[in-house]
Amino acid sequence: MLSKSDLDLGTPARVSDESVTLEVDGREVTVPHGTSLMRAAALADIAIPKLCATDSLEPFGSCRLCLVEIEGRNGYPASCTTPADSGMKVRTRSPMLDKLRRNVMELYLSDHPSDPATCSGNGTCELHAMAAAVGAGPVRYTIGRDHQAASRDESNPYFSFDPARCIVCSRCVRACEEVQGTFALTIDGRGFDSVISAGQREPFFESECVSCGACVSACPTDALVEKSLVHKGAADRSVITTCGYCGVGCSFKAEVRGDEVVRMLPNRDGMPNHGHSCVKGRFAWGYATHPDRVRTPLIRERITDEWRVASWDEALGYAARRFREIQAQHGRDSVGGITSSRCTNEEAYLVQKLVRAAFGNNNVDTCARVCHSPTGYGLKTAFGTSAGTQDFDTVSSADVIMVIGANPTDGHPVFASMMKRRIRAGAKLIVADPRAIDLVRTPHVEAAFHLQLTPGTNVALINSLAHVVLSEGLADEKFVADRCFPNDYVNWKNFILEGRNSPEALEHVTGVAAEKVRAAARLYARGPNSVIYYGLGVTEHSQGTTMVLGMANLAMAAGMLGRDGVGVNPLRGQNNVQGSCDVGSFPHELPGYRHISDAAVRAQFGAAWNVELEPEPGLRIPNMFDAALDGSFLGLYIEGEDIAQSDPNTHHVTAALTAMKCVVVQDIFLNETARYAHVFLPGSSFLEKEGTFTNSERRISRVRKVMPPLAGKADWEITCALSNALGYPMEYSDPSEIWDEIARLTPIFAGATYEKLDRLGSLQWPCNEKAPDGTPVMHVGQFVSGMGKFVITEYVPTDERVSTRYPLILTTGRILSQYNVGTQTRRTANSMWHPEDRLEIHPHDAEERGIHDGHWVRVTSRAGEIALRALVTERMATGVVYTTFHHEASATNIVTTENSDWATNCPEYKVTAVQVMPATEPEERRIRHDLSMVALGAGK
Amino acid sequence: MEAHRLVTMANQIAEFFATSNPDRADAVKATAEHLHRFWDPRMRREIIAHLSADVRGGGLTEVARLAVVQLAAESKAKAAAQ
Repeated sequence: MLSKSDLDLGTPARVSDESVTLEVDGREVTVPHGTSLMRAAALADIAIPKLCATDSLEPFGSCRLCLVEIEGRNGYPASCTTPADSGMKVRTRSPMLDKLRRNVMELYLSDHPSDPATCSGNGTCELHAMAAAVGAGPVRYTIGRDHQAASRDESNPYFSFDPARCIVCSRCVRACEEVQGTFALTIDGRGFDSVISAGQREPFFESECVSCGACVSACPTDALVEKSLVHKGAADRSVITTCGYCGVGCSFKAEVRGDEVVRMLPNRDGMPNHGHSCVKGRFAWGYATHPDRVRTPLIRERITDEWRVASWDEALGYAARRFREIQAQHGRDSVGGITSSRCTNEEAYLVQKLVRAAFGNNNVDTCARVCHSPTGYGLKTAFGTSAGTQDFDTVSSADVIMVIGANPTDGHPVFASMMKRRIRAGAKLIVADPRAIDLVRTPHVEAAFHLQLTPGTNVALINSLAHVVLSEGLADEKFVADRCFPNDYVNWKNFILEGRNSPEALEHVTGVAAEKVRAAARLYARGPNSVIYYGLGVTEHSQGTTMVLGMANLAMAAGMLGRDGVGVNPLRGQNNVQGSCDVGSFPHELPGYRHISDAAVRAQFGAAWNVELEPEPGLRIPNMFDAALDGSFLGLYIEGEDIAQSDPNTHHVTAALTAMKCVVVQDIFLNETARYAHVFLPGSSFLEKEGTFTNSERRISRVRKVMPPLAGKADWEITCALSNALGYPMEYSDPSEIWDEIARLTPIFAGATYEKLDRLGSLQWPCNEKAPDGTPVMHVGQFVSGMGKFVITEYVPTDERVSTRYPLILTTGRILSQYNVGTQTRRTANSMWHPEDRLEIHPHDAEERGIHDGHWVRVTSRAGEIALRALVTERMATGVVYTTFHHEASATNIVTTENSDWATNCPEYKVTAVQVMPATEPEERRIRHDLSMVALGAGK
Repeated sequence: MEAHRLVTMANQIAEFFATSNPDRADAVKATAEHLHRFWDPRMRREIIAHLSADVRGGGLTEVARLAVVQLAAESKAKAAAQ
């Protein structure tokens, strides 16, 4: 197993136009100006002993092991903190240096477990490795005080802290500050009493530590160590793969012993994460082997029947027969499928292929329908492509960062850390969100402006920001003239400049003071580099698409596109939302976002698939539910989605599922949707298969098999088998063959191969002849569509209005420790941080209703009623309440409505008129009982 | 499918194109095109049937109604051509 110091050059790389040439131990080496001697030596293949230095952190110079001699200079400077200079002659070994290092090491060893075998990290302790490297002899200091009896902190479920092994090198403290940006750790006390302290000498679990694992990765001595490593022992192999959680798509090195994962280490070479991680990807992978995993196919005649174990052949044959019977009786268009954003590109591609080729219709959709479908429509209309414009690294070049309707510290934590690092370096932050998310004010980060708008008024806000840019002469007229359709710009400009779009006129609509809007708009327009990041707070509205267009308008008007440090960027919720959309999961588009009505494209796919494809778009997910209730859509193949929990208006969804004659659920757990299923096909987790994911920055990364599929088949194999049972042959021996087919048929992927992915690590599409190594920044020089298109974005209030009966607006979101509907994270220790969904409510609204923190409340909307416990907090504005939807017991989507985006039918999760009142305990029990009856009633 | 859902959706689409296109004919055309490109044929058939059954417009706004009329004409022409 590789140790933590593998390929560690000791100090971070420096970027400079100047270079310096020096000699280290007689070897000449040239490095950028500002590079440390330690790094220069490492680049010359000379390893200088070190403990407090690592190349992910700024040098600190505390361990005194890395001392060197420099010709013509006195003393023994630390090589980590001494910059290289031209003409320097550096010696890293000499009798004096050896003696100094041995003496320093002896002091460390005098207060450290002496036997490497007793170190908890199973051989990963750098102290013992360095002791061997410097040739430390026996310890002479045997009498006196030490820390060997200090008690361990075992409070965190995933890692422990043992002060006896700590050398107080500050790597953990610096990692928490520099890498994660939480500032949860410090050195408490002085001299001998110095100790690593989480919070104010609190147990790690009770402190503000977010369990990202940066401190554990940084620790050189196993004082901070993963419990899984201690319990399972050292790995015997490792596999580079891609995280299965959010749209950041972090690269990980899975360390494995036999078929068992020992730990997941963030990959130092991972382009999206650069060696960082969050609590989900780093630690919450135990669900993959949870006892709830279903390992055999299950079938039943009716959904009121008990499940019966079946063989793969029986289950697949049964599913295929029922689908064909439905089609024979109700027509070819009476069945469809849903692809998964948690499955690989190859798997999503196969499901849409099965629907189009084996079912013979286009009734295929994906969960992006309920999250980022407006992104696809909006950005394609404005710029010509359905994806974000930049890579994540671009944030490091931004001067102004505008975050709209996203909560990166919770939803995209690793990217949030990058963003916070840039803000600490001086970039300004604008947050537009109804809730005071953590980014608004967190250690060493404070938003210049928090535009705390009323939910549902995004478009009014973006129009008023644009009004300021245009009316105050801040538009980049040259950019617009060179790059955008002139007539559309004139029409849009005339519209935006109308007085009704001024911040003053819209203040009463958005709830944001006009002066604040004006100041934020000026900040954004003046940049010089301003970038927009947005999330579901933009898309999950009746005007979700309009808002995406509004942001595109603003960015074009300000000239904030087509270079590093700018752009319009969706933060995708799930790991493969981008990819599942790219490979043809929408009912109107074939892979590569080409409309199904395009005869030439259809002919190309038809020839490759040996079928004639239907030219008409199929049903979207919400349309499928409606069609099920009218009896025209009766069979559904669902890969890796839990629509009964995640989709809005649960009563409507479950009624639709109940009306269907054949529901096939392919998942790793019997989720809520499986209650309505006739066939359950046990799928595989991301650890059990080969393939690719595509993250929010269009980055295609390999997913590699770490352990065999628990139920025997990867998801792509199941889809192939189902297709074969349906009579449409799918024969692939390996996912690379599926990818090759995708790339052959899809111009944006034409140059992407597994070989290239393995060689380069990852690729951002478009990857083709023009851009063989991919495209980090899009629309450089010109838009993909040729010219950028301004679109008039009239603010239209949602139909979901507050009233005397429903006076509050409920908006929903996510929390750091849980993921989506919680299917995975609820089966990990992450639930210790978030054991239930809470209703956040402002103290005034709470007091008015007699609601106390922690007490049960009844949340009633026009769609339904749920019970939650209250969290009284000033994060919320008055009149707005918030909750998450991670726990099935909360059934949050009972209360959300079927209102949806005009263009894409993306549900309006973010605006639901509700009343919140205290609930007595019996009431709470009744509501929860009623909710469970909804589920049990599925079989009627 | 429930007609009121289709009507609501069509009206939303029409409202966007009516407000983003200064010319009403363009708005009608864009609305019809959107329905054609993104709605499953059964949804289009049902909203055409809904409009045909209600001389008062079936709750559709003017632009939405004209767009559905345009869809109906296209559908009829297509059927005649086959």
